[in-house]
Amino acid sequence: MQQAVSRDVVVGLKQGLHARPADMLAREARKWQSRIELVSKSQRVDGKSILEVLTLAAEEGTRLVVEVAGPDATEALAAIVRLFDSSFHENDETAVDAAGRITTP
Amino acid sequence: MKFSDFVASGAIRSHVDSSTKEGVIREMATALVEAGRIPASDLESIVKAILKREDLGTTGIGRGVAVPHTKHPSVDKLVGTVAVSQEGIDFDSLDGDPVHLFFLLVSPPDQPGQHLRALENISRQLRDDAFCRELKAAKAPADIQHLLEAADNHGMVS
Repeated sequence: MQQAVSRDVVVGLKQGLHARPADMLAREARKWQSRIELVSKSQRVDGKSILEVLTLAAEEGTRLVVEVAGPDATEALAAIVRLFDSSFHENDETAVDAAGRITTP
Repeated sequence: MKFSDFVASGAIRSHVDSSTKEGVIREMATALVEAGRIPASDLESIVKAILKREDLGTTGIGRGVAVPHTKHPSVDKLVGTVAVSQEGIDFDSLDGDPVHLFFLLVSPPDQPGQHLRALENISRQLRDDAFCRELKAAKAPADIQHLLEAADNHGMVS
């Protein structure tokens, strides 16, 4: 059965929706049969394509709509929203401190 | 953001010698040192930070493209370079394809917006198949430079 569902999400990542979360998002999206799209103020992109997701250049605080349509839409939407809610586990981020040391909090 | 805003023209490489992920990252970072864009004393620290970032998840974003990157306090403005591998390098990409085009980025720690807009520009331009194909076919750094300038001048990016 075809379903179409959507939810508003906010990018909670301090670094914005950069390469690693975009990769996580696309990998998750590809697990589902449904079409998964992210909609910003100015564009609509395919959530299964990391290249497309990166073109959003979504900074922290950006509001997006996740639109999902297909046979497994409800579960797929929940999985994608979970990634946003957990801020893509961003606390694992590697950083380099002022002395040039690599820190992994 | 345009390519000319962050790509160090003297550090572009059309034929990388390396056949490994670490090798190509080291080669590109060294090219940035040689072009005077990052200090030689920070080379090791930058290479290590980029590799550490790759450990968290590949930056192979598909279509034969990778964007290895890190934040590092040695730069106060985003700096990057481009390299082409004719043979292709295994980068554990999302689509499993070997990587031929590399965009390496080093950004200041506290300016995530610059990094995001560079990624946006790279990914937007790379949606164009012809652009990808022509970059891969580049014979010399000057060819790459011209392709980047042409892409900048299309006026598609802000």
